[in-house]
Amino acid sequence: MTAASATHHPSASDERYGAAAFRRFRQSGKLTLLLTFLPPALLIFTIFVMLPMLNASFFSPYKWSGYGPAPWIFNADTGQTFGDWVGLRNFQQLAGHSAFATAASNTFKIILVSLFIQLPLALVLALMIYEKSYANTIFRLIFFVPYILAEVATGLIWSFVFDGNYGLSRTATDVLGLEEAFFPLADKDWAFNAILAVIVWKYFGFHMMIYIAGLQNISRDLIDAARIDGATPLEIVRYIKLPLLWPAITISIFYSVLGALQVFDIVMPMTAGGPSNSSHTLVSYLYNFGFIRLRVGFGSAVGVVLFIIGIVFAFTYRGTVQRRIAA
Amino acid sequence: MNRFGWRDFWRISFLVLVSALVVVPLVATILGGFKSAGELRVEPFGLPSVWRLEFYGEIVGDLQFWRYLWNSLFISVATVFLTLLLGSMAAYTFAQIRFFGSRFLFTYLLLGLMFPFAAAIMPLFLTVRNLGILDTSWGVVLPQAAFGMAFSVMFFRTFFEQIPPDLFDAARMDGCGYIQFYFRVTLPLSTPILATIAVFVFVQSWNNYLLPLIMLNDRAGYTWTLGAMDYRGEYIQDWNRTLAFVTVTLAPAVVFFLAAQKYIVAGLTGGAVKG
Repeated sequence: MTAASATHHPSASDERYGAAAFRRFRQSGKLTLLLTFLPPALLIFTIFVMLPMLNASFFSPYKWSGYGPAPWIFNADTGQTFGDWVGLRNFQQLAGHSAFATAASNTFKIILVSLFIQLPLALVLALMIYEKSYANTIFRLIFFVPYILAEVATGLIWSFVFDGNYGLSRTATDVLGLEEAFFPLADKDWAFNAILAVIVWKYFGFHMMIYIAGLQNISRDLIDAARIDGATPLEIVRYIKLPLLWPAITISIFYSVLGALQVFDIVMPMTAGGPSNSSHTLVSYLYNFGFIRLRVGFGSAVGVVLFIIGIVFAFTYRGTVQRRIAA
Repeated sequence: MNRFGWRDFWRISFLVLVSALVVVPLVATILGGFKSAGELRVEPFGLPSVWRLEFYGEIVGDLQFWRYLWNSLFISVATVFLTLLLGSMAAYTFAQIRFFGSRFLFTYLLLGLMFPFAAAIMPLFLTVRNLGILDTSWGVVLPQAAFGMAFSVMFFRTFFEQIPPDLFDAARMDGCGYIQFYFRVTLPLSTPILATIAVFVFVQSWNNYLLPLIMLNDRAGYTWTLGAMDYRGEYIQDWNRTLAFVTVTLAPAVVFFLAAQKYIVAGLTGGAVKG
């Protein structure tokens, strides 16, 4: 502000406040900044994020193969529009498709497992190794390794482990003395549970790191004071560490849920959604039944459902849980 | 000083158990690439009886493999560059000046954090096709940079707002404008946050599978994630080959992680504390 007024030269146009303010804005170089630095980010974000999302809602009431610029545009060659208006039929089809119901419930299972198995595990580990020591640093590094592995690599490694002819699965059948090899990834009842286990394996270290960062910010004096007052280690966790860690926990819950909605890369190498569509997530369902079959309208409808779930969660979460922290 | 007791015993047993669950599959993967398919069947987790180098050799000697890595590297570096440059420029504008609609535009960008990016994948595919960049690296780079925008603008703005305004006022006196100040002062002062965001964007791009899968058709343009899946499909029975392939691609990721570890941890801390 001071910089702007320093370069301000009074002139006749100051009579109108708006014009003067604009002049000051322009002469201080703010206008140039605004017009050169902001548009590239906004442009790329609009073209590749917002417009496609908006388009998904426009495309969702059509049956369209993606041929032509848009489903509602008239195609002179055929005498019809490129796509057919079907209203809500895509959504009705979704609601009636058992594979979609499975995909939705699988995605919900990821959320449950993340919140009730992965996060507690991460928290317990964080409490065990948040203090700075050589051994703790080693454990921290080890636990963080799965997070930096690519999902595809993780999926391939674990499909080997779960391969009934080779890995862990074979060792298990040998130990149990079973006659037949067990292929969890080819078993309808087990395939998705195996994926859930791998998801926990892959991401617990990430959440643990968030908690460690939070725990390291808790003042030592507070903990020492509680200890002198005779609090047991468990009481210190319950009444000091957990409450002070709550902001970090809410963030990790947010990442968990939004992450659960996007699981795809890990499913493809492990099961690709099979056997008989029992292990799809919402995104792999979208890929398989929308993208592969070039059903743009249908795929967009799935996208709209995903978008609504994500945005409703994000806003209710920000509005309730996270607001309470800010207050 | 605490005496070693049962508490520590259980604590350490638990830590070692979890570490084993993490490490054993990884070690089995690395060793698996040295075994023959037959040996891998019988002895999946032990040391190989003969260390066979041919499977690793075949992969490293294949030009296509290096092409995969090069494509991934190019896409990741370009994504990092664009995300850092455009994101920091926008964040700098938000941090430096107040203007009509600035709150609105900032919130607009933050919407990108609120929904799963895969939701728009079909229309995004059509957008990329209509722009004529399907089956090119840019078809992956531009959407990735766009999706990184929300995240990076948010982090950059928080950081830029901590740079003392006096610094700008002083530079202003010497005739330094906003844009000059950005290049000469803001960016050099922001190396830590630039590095942190760069690491996250790089790792995400390097590991990405869904976008390349959708945008790239031609094998010559494949990233290593697509290549790995292809390789697996080609040698469906030979796990040792797939494991060797995975190992060779893990190596750069792990080395990169160790080198950039400081920034990764800083990024997590920043997100967790300020939120």
